[in-house]
Amino acid sequence: MIINHPILGPRDAQEFVYLGDANLINRPDGMTAGIEVFHDYLYNRDNPAGEHRELWYHEQGDRSWLVVTRNTVTHEILKVEMARDVAKAQGRSK
Amino acid sequence: MSQSNRISGGQIDRSKTFRFTFDGHTYTGHPGDTLASALLANGVRLMGRSFKYHRPRGPISAGSEEPNALVHLRSGARQEPNTRATVAELFDGLEATSQNAWPSLKLDAMAINDRLNSFFTAGFYYKTFMWPAAFWEKVYEPIIRRAAGLGALSKEEDPDEYDKGFLHCDLLVIGAGPAGLMAALTAGRAGARVVLADEDFRMGGRLNAETHEVGGQAGADWAAGVVAELAAMSNVRLMTRTTIVGAFDHGIYSAVERVSDHLAVPMAGKPRQTLWRIYSKRAILAGGATERPIAFENNDRPGIMLAGALRAYANRWGVAAGDRVAVFTNNDDGLRTAKDLQAKGVDVAAVIDSREGGDLLPGIRHLQGTQVIDSSGGLGLKSVTVRLANGKTETISCTALGVSGGWNPNVNITSHHRSRPEWREDIAAFVPGTGGPAGLTAAGAANGALSTHGALLTGQAQAIAALTDLGLTAKAANLPKAEDAPIAISPLWYVHEGKGRAWIDQQNDVTVKDVKLAHKENFTSVEHLKRYTTLGMATDQGKTGNVLGIAVMAELTGQSIPATGTTIYRPPYTPVAMGTLAGRSRGKEFKPFRLTPSHKWAAEQGAIFVEVGNWLRTQWVPKPGETTWRESVDREVLATRRLVGICDVTTLGKIDIQGTDAGAFLDKVYANTFSTLAVGKCRYGLMLREDGMVFDDGTTARMGEHEFVMTTTTANAVTVFRHLEYCRQCLWPDMDVQIISTTEAWAQFSVAGPNARKLLQKIVDQDISDAAFPYMGAGNITVQGLRGRLFRISFSGELAYEIAVPTRYGDAMIRKLMEAGAEFDAIVYGTEALGVMRIEKGHVAGGELNGQSTALNMGLGKMVSKKKDSIGMVLSQREGMNQPDGYRLVGVKPVDPKATISAGSHFMEIGAPVELASDGGWLTSKVYSPHLGSDIALGYLKAGDQKIGRRMRAVNFLTKTDTEVEIVSPHFFDPEGERLRG
Repeated sequence: MIINHPILGPRDAQEFVYLGDANLINRPDGMTAGIEVFHDYLYNRDNPAGEHRELWYHEQGDRSWLVVTRNTVTHEILKVEMARDVAKAQGRSK
Repeated sequence: MSQSNRISGGQIDRSKTFRFTFDGHTYTGHPGDTLASALLANGVRLMGRSFKYHRPRGPISAGSEEPNALVHLRSGARQEPNTRATVAELFDGLEATSQNAWPSLKLDAMAINDRLNSFFTAGFYYKTFMWPAAFWEKVYEPIIRRAAGLGALSKEEDPDEYDKGFLHCDLLVIGAGPAGLMAALTAGRAGARVVLADEDFRMGGRLNAETHEVGGQAGADWAAGVVAELAAMSNVRLMTRTTIVGAFDHGIYSAVERVSDHLAVPMAGKPRQTLWRIYSKRAILAGGATERPIAFENNDRPGIMLAGALRAYANRWGVAAGDRVAVFTNNDDGLRTAKDLQAKGVDVAAVIDSREGGDLLPGIRHLQGTQVIDSSGGLGLKSVTVRLANGKTETISCTALGVSGGWNPNVNITSHHRSRPEWREDIAAFVPGTGGPAGLTAAGAANGALSTHGALLTGQAQAIAALTDLGLTAKAANLPKAEDAPIAISPLWYVHEGKGRAWIDQQNDVTVKDVKLAHKENFTSVEHLKRYTTLGMATDQGKTGNVLGIAVMAELTGQSIPATGTTIYRPPYTPVAMGTLAGRSRGKEFKPFRLTPSHKWAAEQGAIFVEVGNWLRTQWVPKPGETTWRESVDREVLATRRLVGICDVTTLGKIDIQGTDAGAFLDKVYANTFSTLAVGKCRYGLMLREDGMVFDDGTTARMGEHEFVMTTTTANAVTVFRHLEYCRQCLWPDMDVQIISTTEAWAQFSVAGPNARKLLQKIVDQDISDAAFPYMGAGNITVQGLRGRLFRISFSGELAYEIAVPTRYGDAMIRKLMEAGAEFDAIVYGTEALGVMRIEKGHVAGGELNGQSTALNMGLGKMVSKKKDSIGMVLSQREGMNQPDGYRLVGVKPVDPKATISAGSHFMEIGAPVELASDGGWLTSKVYSPHLGSDIALGYLKAGDQKIGRRMRAVNFLTKTDTEVEIVSPHFFDPEGERLRG
């Protein structure tokens, strides 16, 4: 597969490390959320046949974490974003 | 030996003669020959034995689809099994031997299987090797393994090199027949970057095997002209002997180039084969088509081959496969074989044409409405029996029979992404379906355009379409004039007459009878048919047999062929040697070592090294007279604790963390608090995963208000860094924190023991007295002017420091330390002594940091701060992970100091039965402590904190030990930590 890195352009997927569902970005606040909420966050995932937003890490490259929107059936990559930008857009800060 | 079957013409160089051997006999051939064409030229038809029945076999094809003519090529270490003689290029001195036959190809003892064929039917293995179950491993498996397989490996190290390569192009053209050449020419002239790959050593595809004219010249000459024009284009790369073996995502294709297979020995510096990874924006499959046979009784004798192959041997290689030939066909293409061979002066006995009506071939005995119903000849064809239109039979003597049942487009690569081929009634064949690899289109025969004109037309059209897609402009040149005859096929899959066996898949010995049996036993789906009969499961992937098998099943079930469906193909298109996939990743290059800065020095001392991840670390350094590893390790431990010892700890992960939020960031990633750490101090940190298990540990020092240096374990250096980047970018993107791995930047040494300070003070420029540099102090220093870092931390439990200098000074540093330490009898200790001392101190490491243990399990539960949010804090509070009777870290020692205990032993109560229900936990790490004079160990014991002082058993079935042990505190040595504060 080829991942079109927003900064570095098309790169071979072998340069990346896969983590999983991009919903991992939405980590609950440990001071207010309880075990149930964290359990749901950590273990419950959708497994769609189709569009999937997922985290990839450019380990053999610039160390960017990316949010890749990929069709799990065709492997077509529809969108690649910097995870930092996605996280900020989703309201994450410090 | 003369080349008795050599006739005129062909693309061979008769000015040169090659000598080669097959099964010890010497023959001659010419450059341009394959092993198969050269053997046929010498009158040799018998080249192999079949897999199951050991039937005598000759080549049925002239290409990579060959199921029968598989041989050992070369000898000794270079011997390669299952080489297809039909694609093995002849070279001078080539050695080939037959396989799957004993004692000889002509007299094969295992041919008894042929007589016992009624036992070896479809599902033979499933039916025969079921009972008794006790026989599976001891009796059946060895029998099956001995009988299975075709060729034999040399079992010697392959002396050749294999390489990997990477290519990028706008357009990849797969196959250099008329369609591929036209596509490449169109794209090349338009200036696109083109890769044209063909598995053959000569480009041109079927044009080399036919007598058709293209643009008023011989097809092969037209092809050579196009190849010459392409070769002159700097934007076109021509790759012969290169098979595209797989289609992968996003336009990536893998290809195997047989760089040196046509030479006895690779040229100096050249690999035997190269595995290419080709990145293409668009690709055109112009892989042609493969002819399929018609099944009839005894249709597998040497001499019976595909009609197109018979024609190819005559036209391309100047070989008549027999002195008297016949043709059996259901379509017009088969007639070409008879015409071409007759034109070459070969005696054509008859054309047995299953169709009725139409024009008769002039000057040839053309029998319409007839079928071949049987053949005879022990080790090679002697005659065929024909059922004539009038119902009578006639035996026609011939030594070669060309069979044509139609042509199957080579759709294989289009189904590598699970696209299913679609049936086309007019050519009675499957063509590429929809949903194939994105960016790939098919042209020419591969897409069902079976005429030369059709190939040229679609090749050009697909190239223009692909380039237009890419925003390039390509012109449609005038196409050269070429034949455009329809195939005029009237499908005939198998001859219904006769009670004997009619072969469908010759490599796996699957016959019409097997398909019928599968049908009778209700294995009617194509996927079941394949697995039950092994149809298409051999090394040729059923290139000649699959469609035939499916058609027979369709007829039996009364369904149409499209309703019956087809199995699909996976990579590789043709077999790929393991060595090619491995490339240069063999031996030392398979996993290169990382060497520590003191490696050279340690090697000079005769150190013993151990692999730790990718690193080679000093395990111990034997002194003269020491005969066992324990002597050396005990000495290193005692000397360190008594005087001073030095250990290279560069392999530990080092991460610089800077920014105004660095402290707050560490509070998030460590379970304990770091924002309160004073500048110039270190703290032990415990890192959890989000699920609450311990991830890693290490000391982190605050070098400045906004600057920390983190240490990780050697094993987790990479994953911790990845995790920190994840936390920084994905979870807390607004934190002002930057990180960089400095593991390779610093050579770091632990200096431990009562004389550690005295030693270091000799070389460190600053005051490092206890007052100036107290326990857990950290700071930037200079070492005789060289910048460095000093940390007063201790893994050994001694007064200890870790001193770091830039890596390039690491070798000088170890020499300097040993020189300065000479007066204190300083020694170097390795990972074994390190392990002894950390267990004596009860520090956790690999055996305890096993990914399944919590801070509470390790006795470090209080380190998890609940006053702040950190990774893993919440889920570490789960009920199941906080049971009072859960595992706790304990120390273990044998009651009898002379007794041995072993890591992996399980705790049992004394008197309890040795069974799973009695399992109380396990020993994680064990060493011999020279201070205590006995084995000591760490372990996880259920409710271990409440069992200190209790006696238990440590049982290990693997080492067969069962030792009475005492559960003690994990802090065996200096539990108050007085020494390290000294």
